[in-house]
Amino acid sequence: MNKHMENKILNKTSTLEGISRVDGRLKVTGKAKYSAEYSVKGITYGVLVPGTITKGSIKTLDIKKAEGAPGVLSVITYLNAPKVPGYQTDKPQAKGMLKIFYDEQIYFNGQPIALVIADSFERALFAASLVTATYNVEPHQTDLIKNRSNGFTPRKDYSRGEDDAYKNAPVKVEQEYFIPTEVHNPMELHAIIARWDADDKLTVFDKTQGIKATQKNIAQAFKLPPDNVQVTSPFVGGAFGAALRTWPHEIAAVLAAKVVKRPVKLVLSRADMFTSVGYRPLTWQKIGLGATADGKFVGITHEAAGQTSVYEDFTENSVNISQLMYASPNVTTRYKLVSLNVNTPTPMRGPGEATGAFALESAIDELSYALNMDPIELRLKNYADTDPLSGKPYSSKFLNDAYKLGADRIGWSNRNQKPGSVIEKGWLVGYGMGAGMFGAYRGSATVLARMMADGTLLLQTAVTDIGPGTGTAMVSIASDIMEIPAGKIKFDLGDSSLPPSPTQGGSSITSTVGSAVNDACKELQAKFQELNGTTESGKMDYVQILKKHNLQQLEVTTTSHGGPEQNKYAMYSWSVHFMKVLVHPATGVVKVDKAVSVADCGTIISNKTASSQIKGGTIMGTGMALMEEAVIDHRYGRLINNNFADYHVPVQADIPQVEALFVNKPDPYINPIGAKGMGEIATIGVAAAIANAVYNATGKRVRDLPITPDKLI
Amino acid sequence: MENKNAHSKPESELEEKDNSRRNFLKQSAFITAVALTPAPAVKAAAMHLDEKIAEAFEKVPVKLEVNGVMHNLSVEPRATLLDILREQIDLTGTKKGCDHGQCGACTVHVDGHRVNSCLTLGVMASGKKITTIEGLAKGEELHPMQEAFLKHDGFQCGYCTPGQIMSAVACIREGHANSETEIREYMSGNICRCGAYPNIVNAIQEVKSGGQIV
Repeated sequence: MNKHMENKILNKTSTLEGISRVDGRLKVTGKAKYSAEYSVKGITYGVLVPGTITKGSIKTLDIKKAEGAPGVLSVITYLNAPKVPGYQTDKPQAKGMLKIFYDEQIYFNGQPIALVIADSFERALFAASLVTATYNVEPHQTDLIKNRSNGFTPRKDYSRGEDDAYKNAPVKVEQEYFIPTEVHNPMELHAIIARWDADDKLTVFDKTQGIKATQKNIAQAFKLPPDNVQVTSPFVGGAFGAALRTWPHEIAAVLAAKVVKRPVKLVLSRADMFTSVGYRPLTWQKIGLGATADGKFVGITHEAAGQTSVYEDFTENSVNISQLMYASPNVTTRYKLVSLNVNTPTPMRGPGEATGAFALESAIDELSYALNMDPIELRLKNYADTDPLSGKPYSSKFLNDAYKLGADRIGWSNRNQKPGSVIEKGWLVGYGMGAGMFGAYRGSATVLARMMADGTLLLQTAVTDIGPGTGTAMVSIASDIMEIPAGKIKFDLGDSSLPPSPTQGGSSITSTVGSAVNDACKELQAKFQELNGTTESGKMDYVQILKKHNLQQLEVTTTSHGGPEQNKYAMYSWSVHFMKVLVHPATGVVKVDKAVSVADCGTIISNKTASSQIKGGTIMGTGMALMEEAVIDHRYGRLINNNFADYHVPVQADIPQVEALFVNKPDPYINPIGAKGMGEIATIGVAAAIANAVYNATGKRVRDLPITPDKLI
Repeated sequence: MENKNAHSKPESELEEKDNSRRNFLKQSAFITAVALTPAPAVKAAAMHLDEKIAEAFEKVPVKLEVNGVMHNLSVEPRATLLDILREQIDLTGTKKGCDHGQCGACTVHVDGHRVNSCLTLGVMASGKKITTIEGLAKGEELHPMQEAFLKHDGFQCGYCTPGQIMSAVACIREGHANSETEIREYMSGNICRCGAYPNIVNAIQEVKSGGQIV
């Protein structure tokens, strides 16, 4: 299919503005089925037993009481677990995903040591409390700051121009920044139902962001042909990165179903969610930023040290944003990992960039005060017109438009450059901004498009929707091209038997799958034209054409991916967040009074869902800025706030009206629909915007998140 | 839908409750008798009879009227209303988000009042009228709050949505939806990780100001 073909969507401003979610009715009536909610005959219930030490090995395990408890079918441990074929490798010492029930080794606190399977959840939960263990305890390390000198360099340091050039600049900022561990905590607990349909055939209803990836990973673990593993996941109750991987509990459930010869449902507890499915890693950063007296950057040095587990190296792009965001002639970045007795982190919304942007965008704000220059002016002065990393032209960049849109909407002109100088009704008032960017990607996807005799269009592909409204965006695209109402289009997803689509992550699905829907619809249209013997494109009476040719349906299956333009241009999405905060001078309470987020991410396909996605990202960034922090008591190496009462996420009372604005100019090169990703940029830069607003309000610079009241009084 | 007479129950219902307690006591006496006879008890255990006895001991009858349908159930006293709805009645619209009363995903109405069903044991709800998200619409006709959530996009992933909607309806009925600030305060027990809060507030305000009966 010619992906460069003329596209009608390109120059429209969201013709389907106001379209409600295509799966919305199912969601508001409680009929949307999430992974744990399938009625499966003979179901049994699994509950994990967490280990209670942080490093060492299991000495003894007593499962007798649990085995004898009413309704218990099996208690699986490393001592009795059948071998997972995929775990048996030539390099048993190689780092990688935690192998569950593999041996006696304990790498972190909360690592599962047993799985109890019973005929009811209550019985499994009770029996799990009866499992006891003794351990050979070894000294653990869970404190990144204490162990920073033990860090290693997982990939080459980066340098352009002169190393650490900022040091010789006339005006400079040199500061350390810190973000704590932040946990995705989607509202839906990770859940899987595993059912063996035959000795070599398996069905899983599983919470995942990647249908085909889960199919492949489970097939590999149990040495099955991938087609013998059916993965079903049409609804995912949020994930934010936490369901990007096939985690140990998923393997455990499949294993358990084999042992008890019945289907097993395993739903993680909220406490399990803190130690089983990754998190945004606690990271130390240091920025050295130097500029000339008139605000031109001389050099940026960005160093970071992030935590990872001892069994796996998790790297992210914490420092990369300093290589990319501004036109600085000299940039040095250094990135280290520190292996600790913790579980492995995993990408969380805006992985790396959200961490890095907090440091970089805070430092730029600090520099703006040192220069006594408006922070927007300072950013415009160092605006990059071509990609500073590759030297390539951008496929599109309208960040300057975004600055203007956001500044106007927040009322930036009301901002006073002097910190702590504005008081309204007893509250200190401050304005702040922070920008973000993230790579704009396009992968490969295959879409089946089938026109039925009744005029219904069926679209199918094995993508998931973790919340942004993938189905709604795809239906919007198809409706626009085929010129049929959205109500006549059905989009099937979340099923591994459908044509392949990539994992939903890295803000790439609308670009990737949307392009495939675009191409499939155009191909289907061409087929109708051919059938009808017409040459002009556009609206056709599909039903009449099918009837005339005595056909029940007409379909195409189209695979779509990017071409050489992917290498010719540097492709990114951009965002800027503006915040007005109120800080109570006596208590240090911070209230976000107004939030405006502007995204420059190409064409907006579905205005309503896109706005919600941006707002949601802003709110997640607000949590990062003001409240979220998973705390380990380093004496025991154990999390002390692994629940929603102690790990605070934003609630209604914390959040004002949030405005999402879009530049909405198409990217002419990334794909035929002109749309770039927005999931990550919605969060990247938010934390800095709030920290900067708090400084503007109070004159206090908080460089360690979250900005809790104790840091302001 | 709200039951104004939550505390005045018909005679027959009270009687039935007493009957169930008598049955429970009878069963307990049986278990005690078994326990006092070591040899048969050991034998029973070997034959896995202990599980059957335990089952009889563990389960109590519960009558739940859910969305207008009466369910006569036999449940363990430790079973939560949430797990009974999801696992025994197959009403999975009510969600499990934390199991600790900290997130609100499991919000249902019990005799017209919003409660966290994860903190409510099934036995505590016996004889009461329960409304879940599945019982809010009148057939194909959505409840005004469901319509408003659709219109204002008051959700993304949809997982907290049933709890948000049940809470939102109760929030208006309680008289706690008189301003944006008041709505925010009284909706703060329902966490939405996707961050649909502004849209949820807008949906509730529209229903409240529309004056529809909720």
